[in-house]
Amino acid sequence: MLSKLTKGEREGGLIILLAMTVIGLVIAIAGRGDPISAHGFLIMLFSMAVAVPVMRHLFDPEPSRDRLDSYYDDPSKVGVVLTFAWGAFAMFVGDWVAWLLVEPNLTFSGAWSSFGRLRPVHTTGVIFGFGGNGLIATSFYVMQRTCRARLPDQLSPWFVLIGYNLFCLLAVSGYMLGITQSKEYAEPEWYADLWLVVVWIVYFVLYLRTLSRRQEPHIYVANWYYMAFIVVVAMLHIVNNLAVPVSLFGAKSHSLFAGVQDALTEWWYGHNAVAFFLTSGFLGMMYYYLPVRAGRPIFSYRMSIISFWGITFMYMWVGSHHLHYTALPQWVQTLGMTFSLVLLVPSWGSAANALLTLNGAWHKVRDDATLRFMMVAAVFYGLTTFEGSFMAIRSVNSLSHYTDWTVGHVHAGALGWVAMITFGALYASIPWLWKRERMYSPALVELHFWLALAGTAVYVFAMWNSGIIQGLMWRTYTENGNLAYTFIDSLVAMKPYYIARAIGGLLFLLGALAGCLNLFLTIRLAPGEAEAERAGSGPAYGRPSAAALQAGE
Amino acid sequence: MMTIVAHDTLVWFAKTFGLIYLVVLSVVVLCYAFWPSKQKEFDDASASILKKEDRPWQ
Ligand code: HEM
Ligand code: HEM
Repeated sequence: MLSKLTKGEREGGLIILLAMTVIGLVIAIAGRGDPISAHGFLIMLFSMAVAVPVMRHLFDPEPSRDRLDSYYDDPSKVGVVLTFAWGAFAMFVGDWVAWLLVEPNLTFSGAWSSFGRLRPVHTTGVIFGFGGNGLIATSFYVMQRTCRARLPDQLSPWFVLIGYNLFCLLAVSGYMLGITQSKEYAEPEWYADLWLVVVWIVYFVLYLRTLSRRQEPHIYVANWYYMAFIVVVAMLHIVNNLAVPVSLFGAKSHSLFAGVQDALTEWWYGHNAVAFFLTSGFLGMMYYYLPVRAGRPIFSYRMSIISFWGITFMYMWVGSHHLHYTALPQWVQTLGMTFSLVLLVPSWGSAANALLTLNGAWHKVRDDATLRFMMVAAVFYGLTTFEGSFMAIRSVNSLSHYTDWTVGHVHAGALGWVAMITFGALYASIPWLWKRERMYSPALVELHFWLALAGTAVYVFAMWNSGIIQGLMWRTYTENGNLAYTFIDSLVAMKPYYIARAIGGLLFLLGALAGCLNLFLTIRLAPGEAEAERAGSGPAYGRPSAAALQAGE
Repeated sequence: MMTIVAHDTLVWFAKTFGLIYLVVLSVVVLCYAFWPSKQKEFDDASASILKKEDRPWQ
């Protein structure tokens, strides 16, 4: 893999890694006595670990020019493996957190394993570790295919992928050490945030450079969604994390915002993280992989454009629906609520577009679990956005806010939409990337699908039940006008649902582990490399749709 | 601390510029999407990803 890099790229990579090793060492020494010191060591060891294989291949001969005749897929391959690894890790922690809510004593005695630290490990691990790596890996794949252009160089994709994973590691290890700036989904401290800005700018420039090399006059719509993901996440990340560090070699910083401004900035960020991290990029995935896998063009290209701009404009305004009945001015709350309702239109536009594309290919959905993952994802996307628009209505929110209903909504989106579309896209990509005829075991994909669907259903129904019961118990009054239930009463009533949720989560986790096993077996054992090579340039599209493509040609 | 942007100013801005901006952009997007001569470009684009070859063009 490394000998495919040119000499200059290997040297450049090594210089960056050595510089980072030194920076890590400086932070470790200068930050003595502060938790940041541990992160200095982490940066140093991480950079050294990556540098060792680069040094071993430093004097390999220049790669042949043949490499330019094919797409550069090595970073996507590593990204796919990392996606599965982060998924397994973070979902394991998620299920641990779920069991902690059933039985609070399931921690080790150290502070690192307390609920308050493990919960952000879960959220960051799934959103940024699992989701982010999935987005980066598939975006490299999709941008090259849709532009029919190779990545412009071989160093910057590695910088993006490895640098991004360093950010995730700093984040997750930081929480366990007690480093956090206490903003949900933006917990990492200032130095990790700055590092992410650097990585993200390289990512953005890489995308633009690939687009500028394209041959097709029109930029396929999946790229618009991926680009929106990159651009808007940069904007959100920078504004929400504006902060002043207490010292140059200390982890602690203070936000530039205070009070209600801070709250609104945070939820402008938070909801757009949902919109542009957990939605836009994954819609990009859907608009590419679903038509290709089904072997049918997207139902309405026009609708995909209108949905794109609808989502991009309207999501910006809805953050305030997280702050109903707070010190935020009433009109701002109403604005967020109104836009949330209108947002249903473009959201359902995309969901319907996906399902209508499958119209006429239902037999493939039946036979092909990979396509079925994508179909179910589109259904859950429709469901979650409907639910979200409903929950954004102020009076509905007065019932749902603070309850498990929100957690149910989150995981209908996270498990049903984000994770399902990711698994679908990965199962489609893996054989194409490793030039296999198909996944090693279609039966394991099938098993994963049913475990994931069952797990999601159990999780979401448990949380809907518990959320609504909770909400109702908190607002039930006796004849004398006192609250009928204490908080503890509602907590006791939740217990069976928490057990159900933890079991649902376990099913989902087992499915993901089946995926990991299948990935390993496919890379190691699956037949087909030779056949795919002999067949010429075509990607092994996976059986069901490959047959259909030929039939249509 | 002195307030840099008064609340009223912000409300005024949101209710005027915000409204115009959204309406104009919606019109522009709808025109773009439904412009008749664009039909072919869109059809080509949606078919382009189904091509079988898996090589860059250079
Ligand atoms: C095995 C699967 C999973 C399990 C068992 C699980 C479990 C949990 C639990 C127990 C919580 C804390 C709820 C609370 O504090 O009451 C939580 C929160 C959360 N999880 Fe998961 N989760 C899973 C998968 C995922 C995935 C795949 C994603 C995202 C792609 C995700 C995103 C989130 C988010 C965003 C929150 C915070 C919700 C909020 O603050 O309202 N989870 N999860
Ligand atoms: C039209 C689309 C959507 C709307 C209008 C919407 C609306 C809402 C509302 C009203 C809340 C509850 C706020 C509160 O009471 O605190 C919420 C929470 C949340 N939603 Fe959505 N939602 C939408 C789609 C999605 C999707 C597709 C996901 C993807 C995973 C998602 C993830 C979340 C998360 C993570 C939270 C919890 C935030 C927190 O409190 O930590 N939403 N959403």
